[in-house]
Amino acid sequence: MDGTRAENAAMGTGVLPDAPDASVRMSCRHINVFYSGKQAIYDVSLNIADRSVTALIGPSGCGKSTFLRCLNRMNDTIEGCRVEGEILMEGKDINSPSIDPVLLRSRVGMVFQKPNPFPKSIYENIAYGPRIHGLAEGREDMDEIVEKSLKRAGLWEEVKDRLTAAGTSLSGGQQQRLCIARAIAVRPEVILMDEPCSALDPIATARIEELIDDLRKRYCIIIVTHSMQQAARVSQRTAFFHLGALVEVGDTDQIFTSPRERRTEDYITGRFG
Amino acid sequence: MLSELGHLPMDFLLLAAAVTLASLGFIAGRLRAEQFSFNGDEHPNSRPNAHGYFVLMWSLVPVVLVGLGYTFFGEGTSRAILRSELPAGFSILSPGELTTYIETVARAARMPDFLSGERVFDTVTDRYGEIRGTLNLLTLLLACVLSFGGMVLARRSLSPAFRARQHVESGIEWFLFLCAALAIATTVGIVASLVFESMRFFAEVPVWDFLFGTRWNAQTSAEFGALPLFFGTFMISFLAMVVAAPVGLFAAIYLSEYASGRVRAIIKPLLEILAGIPTVVYGFFALLVIAPTVRTVALWINAQLIAWGLADGALLAAQPTSALAAGIVMGIMVIPFVSSLSDDVIRAVPQSLRDGAFAMGATKSEAIRQVVVPAALPGIIAALLLAVSRAIGETMIVVMAAGQRARISPDPTSDLTTITVQIVSLLTGESEFDSPKTLSAFALGLVLFLVTLVFNLVAITVVKRFREKYE
Repeated sequence: MDGTRAENAAMGTGVLPDAPDASVRMSCRHINVFYSGKQAIYDVSLNIADRSVTALIGPSGCGKSTFLRCLNRMNDTIEGCRVEGEILMEGKDINSPSIDPVLLRSRVGMVFQKPNPFPKSIYENIAYGPRIHGLAEGREDMDEIVEKSLKRAGLWEEVKDRLTAAGTSLSGGQQQRLCIARAIAVRPEVILMDEPCSALDPIATARIEELIDDLRKRYCIIIVTHSMQQAARVSQRTAFFHLGALVEVGDTDQIFTSPRERRTEDYITGRFG
Repeated sequence: MLSELGHLPMDFLLLAAAVTLASLGFIAGRLRAEQFSFNGDEHPNSRPNAHGYFVLMWSLVPVVLVGLGYTFFGEGTSRAILRSELPAGFSILSPGELTTYIETVARAARMPDFLSGERVFDTVTDRYGEIRGTLNLLTLLLACVLSFGGMVLARRSLSPAFRARQHVESGIEWFLFLCAALAIATTVGIVASLVFESMRFFAEVPVWDFLFGTRWNAQTSAEFGALPLFFGTFMISFLAMVVAAPVGLFAAIYLSEYASGRVRAIIKPLLEILAGIPTVVYGFFALLVIAPTVRTVALWINAQLIAWGLADGALLAAQPTSALAAGIVMGIMVIPFVSSLSDDVIRAVPQSLRDGAFAMGATKSEAIRQVVVPAALPGIIAALLLAVSRAIGETMIVVMAAGQRARISPDPTSDLTTITVQIVSLLTGESEFDSPKTLSAFALGLVLFLVTLVFNLVAITVVKRFREKYE
């Protein structure tokens, strides 16, 4: 019974109308998250479509970032955090003991709220991931990976002459694109973005949004955002979280024009949050 | 009568005067200020308490100054007066004997109802008591009069428009400045005396011979080539860092990255207890436990080498005291410096960098080795430099465990000596303070001071740059 209700919450209202099953990249079932015994996420079930952008919106503290961090098991690094439920990726539960979170994270990349380039050169920032995963055959191969990643992140033209400069010497927007390039370099299947533009000015934000739109042709992207306009601009599907529960999920157009739930409508029209 | 005043408990009286006059001053100022407030024609610039503190300040400062003057010069002045009053018959005493005599008199005068039965001595003692009594009385009077004068003047300058708060706060600022200046003045004084005495030494021994001479024999013959001492200091500090750098760094990584909050809360204070052990305790640990062990092991290695035909004679010196023993123990001593400071800088690396590395699929050890430690490296280097400067200046351990022989030998099991050990042996025991032998201690001290100063400056600069980067 419980399953049916969750199924409705997850899929019923806003499945891509003609989406075949193969287009579901990650499938989350009955996710509960506890921080030192205190529950932060309540029974969230959500399917995430491949090659599209899914936006997670909701007021502060609604659990959208916590949920995002479940998807690459980043919550493992927080002491006292416990995750229950199934997250299926290619039919396997990523929380099962047979999955190494280290390898999982090379398939599910992440970009953080504040740009966090390593204190290394621009080149080394990109090369770091491919190197630890042994993705490059030699020096030339690595050069190619770095160039391709920077090009995809739309940063190549700006930094190609100073690859040896410190990653921290770039502007905030460039740093964030560097972090996206770094995530792309390990050839992930999914890219998680935790409010990637919250520390950036409007122009840098616009560039990142363009980039996200571009990247969705190859990757499955899940983005947490505070800005409803941003969700409307970049995403195809939107999930609305409130108080740790998933309230509504559906096509972005539908969520913003004719939400089914009263709380969703109140939130997107600015009545709370 | 006057000589009885010589026994006044002046410390207590001056303190009591200070407290009483200060309280009176505060009350006087406050009462005066309250009249302004009640007049109501204009708003006073400061609150009544500020006026009170202003008058208090001017009542207190004279008492403090007079008290300080009395403490530093009281005894000397009364002795000088007594000396000038002694009858001509005393001129047969030499100045030294006279000083001893007056010393005895002063001691006798401090005891109540002292009578030796010797007429001259008792008369002089009595006179000394009178001088002390007069001085005490004058001091108290002066303190009270000046303080009262200050109080009256300060109170008179009060008016509604008077900026009492600003004056009080600048007074407080001066007081704080004087405290800071005292510490700086002491440092400057010590450095100045080091430099001054070193100049005297270098007037007799050329700087070049001192810095680069290879024969040190200050005790018996005048050979002042300090190179063996520099070598010894370097050698032992190096051995200490060979122990302390890896152990301290790994301990710091464990504490900051692996240990749970509870484990950390237990281990970190325990590690810091190491820093609280008196170095003399480390010293006899080195002498009684480590040095014999080092010797035993060295002798065993020698025997093995000979048995296997790899050496003809003893390869290692295997002395009962050795550089290695001192180095190991000194290394243990500075572990907490390295681990505690490194732990702090590693924890200061933002969590976002670790998250970034984990999100790339880095394992914990990859993240630590390739991201966290490189990010913390400037701070870790600074911690190591501070530990080195600590090791260079350390004395007790080397005095006890490294030996006394000044020589340049790369063999860690041989005994050698360091700058600090030589300073101790040069300045202890009977010696005049203007022979080259004792003066050389100041030159050694100066070198030591400059070296540790450079290490500390570099370390502080590095740490500062690191802090700026992440805050």
